[in-house]
Amino acid sequence: MGSTKNDQQVHQAWFKCEKCGNIIYYREFKEVLDICQSCSYHYPLTPQRWIDCIFDEDSFEELDRQIASVDILGFAEQINYSNKLRELRSKFEQNDAIITGTVELDSQTAYVGITDSRFLMGSMGSVVGEKISRIFEYAHDAGCPVITITTSGGGARMHEGAISLMQMVKTSQAVRKYRSNGGLYISILANPTMAGVMASFAALGDIIIAEPKALIGFTGPRVIEQTIKQSLPPGFQTSEFMLQHGFVDMIVERKGMRSMLTKLVDYLWL
Amino acid sequence: MAIDPAKSLKELETPIIELEKRLNDLLEFSKRTGVNLDDKIRQLEDEIKFVVRGIYSKLTPWQRVQLARHPNRPETTDYIRLIFDDFIELKGDRYFADDPACACGLAKIGDLKLFLIGQRKGSTMEARLKYNFGSMHPEGYRKALRKMEIAEKFGLPVISFVNTPGAYPGIGAEERGQAWAIAENIFEMSDIKIPHLSIIIGEGGSGGALGICVADKLSILENAYLSVISPEGCAAILWKDSSKADLAANMLKLVPEELRKLGIIDDIIQEPAGGAHRNPSKMGEILKNYIVSTIKHLQSIPLDKLLERRWEKYRNIGKFIEEESAVAGLY
Ligand SMILES: [Zn+2]
Repeated sequence: MGSTKNDQQVHQAWFKCEKCGNIIYYREFKEVLDICQSCSYHYPLTPQRWIDCIFDEDSFEELDRQIASVDILGFAEQINYSNKLRELRSKFEQNDAIITGTVELDSQTAYVGITDSRFLMGSMGSVVGEKISRIFEYAHDAGCPVITITTSGGGARMHEGAISLMQMVKTSQAVRKYRSNGGLYISILANPTMAGVMASFAALGDIIIAEPKALIGFTGPRVIEQTIKQSLPPGFQTSEFMLQHGFVDMIVERKGMRSMLTKLVDYLWL
Repeated sequence: MAIDPAKSLKELETPIIELEKRLNDLLEFSKRTGVNLDDKIRQLEDEIKFVVRGIYSKLTPWQRVQLARHPNRPETTDYIRLIFDDFIELKGDRYFADDPACACGLAKIGDLKLFLIGQRKGSTMEARLKYNFGSMHPEGYRKALRKMEIAEKFGLPVISFVNTPGAYPGIGAEERGQAWAIAENIFEMSDIKIPHLSIIIGEGGSGGALGICVADKLSILENAYLSVISPEGCAAILWKDSSKADLAANMLKLVPEELRKLGIIDDIIQEPAGGAHRNPSKMGEILKNYIVSTIKHLQSIPLDKLLERRWEKYRNIGKFIEEESAVAGLY
């Protein structure tokens, strides 16, 4: 995945864009929020980096950091889910594929949930389901907007079986309760947002924003190709495709995200 | 009798089919010639019962998945005929099309008026193609929701039959927002103000199933399953080998007893010996009784309490620990 490369390359002065091969200077790359200036490919961001890029400086306060998954199904015997979790936890110093907390956006407090594609493809199991549900409950009590940013190619996490599937219900009903009580929910779809995450809370924003050229949809493109036995048209399941078909409100480039969110909150909330 | 877990269901069923053929031959011979073979016939019938019980009581999860997909397994179309005294189908999503993979309509058992939503698979090849083997498009989910809202408005309890390998994977389905259609159904069903009983009658394929089954009671037939991913799909991801589906089926804990332990399934409905396909009319009768008593029970619960219970059930599904030491792999 592109995101991990960025971190490894901290000490390198330059690297080649993995999409277009253009030479990118690392310091410039960070200044323009991890976007290739030649092909405008938006490199995936870690949750921490998202927070730094969008919200008021040092305003983030993490919530529910202590919630961790367990090997519900005993996948351990076959593929060592517990070991995998342990390995990822120490590597990224976080328990699962999501960070939640409060931020300030132009001094307005908001609750955020940001999935992490480095962690089992940002898939949703019990922890993601619980933490997402909780931010909607907290935001309801506090009277604040909710913003989620999803990079989840994995959808519902298969390692937790049907429990993961039920997280789709758990999160969707949390959105429902929150929104029907007047809450403002903005969902930002980053690359990629697919399957069980896309088919639950991520699709349920009052406003849905996509990053340019993100992969967005339900079924993965390879599975569709195998099923219909033909290749997919260019641009299929991109943000632009979803905009054209009416499923997102707008596409916003990373550098414009902060100001757009500020405006939306101003119009709808303040 | 030990069951070979590697055997496909078809192989397992072969001895039964042979015994049944012998029984038919005997019956026919006896009828044609007038020779009394009653003793022999009874003996053979007992033997079949014994073999059936032996085979079906010890199926592996993968063999049960195959049973859930059995080509002769009764499906929504059969149950409409077997269970309900009347059915008026209501078609179309009012936006794009009518998705035949999902039957919606007014249904009656005696005096009990219901609203039926059922994923249809079809029993002939022609019907299966028409119904996309039970895989719904976004217009199917939107139809189901629109009709559920009619049920809500006019006070008809909803009964849904789940039987799908998954939501349809295709270009049109994505163009029309498959993910959005499923999400919006889940969103609305979690708070729809009418009792809803959902029964998984065969395959409960992931989000495709979830798009119609958020209910007050989620029940399942003995040889049906619910899974986040198909066993073949899971095996393909884990081992790049879909033939290891039997291993994946064990791991996914997708059979009814496991699902009940996880708090997902409320009731498991027993099937006739050897599975629903061996006695569809008996299965229909069992389901009919179950539906009538369960709907009556749900109707007796005050609506606000019903909605609260529905919400609580899904709020509490999930297993995790909450301790600081878990962070960064310290435990
Ligand atoms: Zn580039």
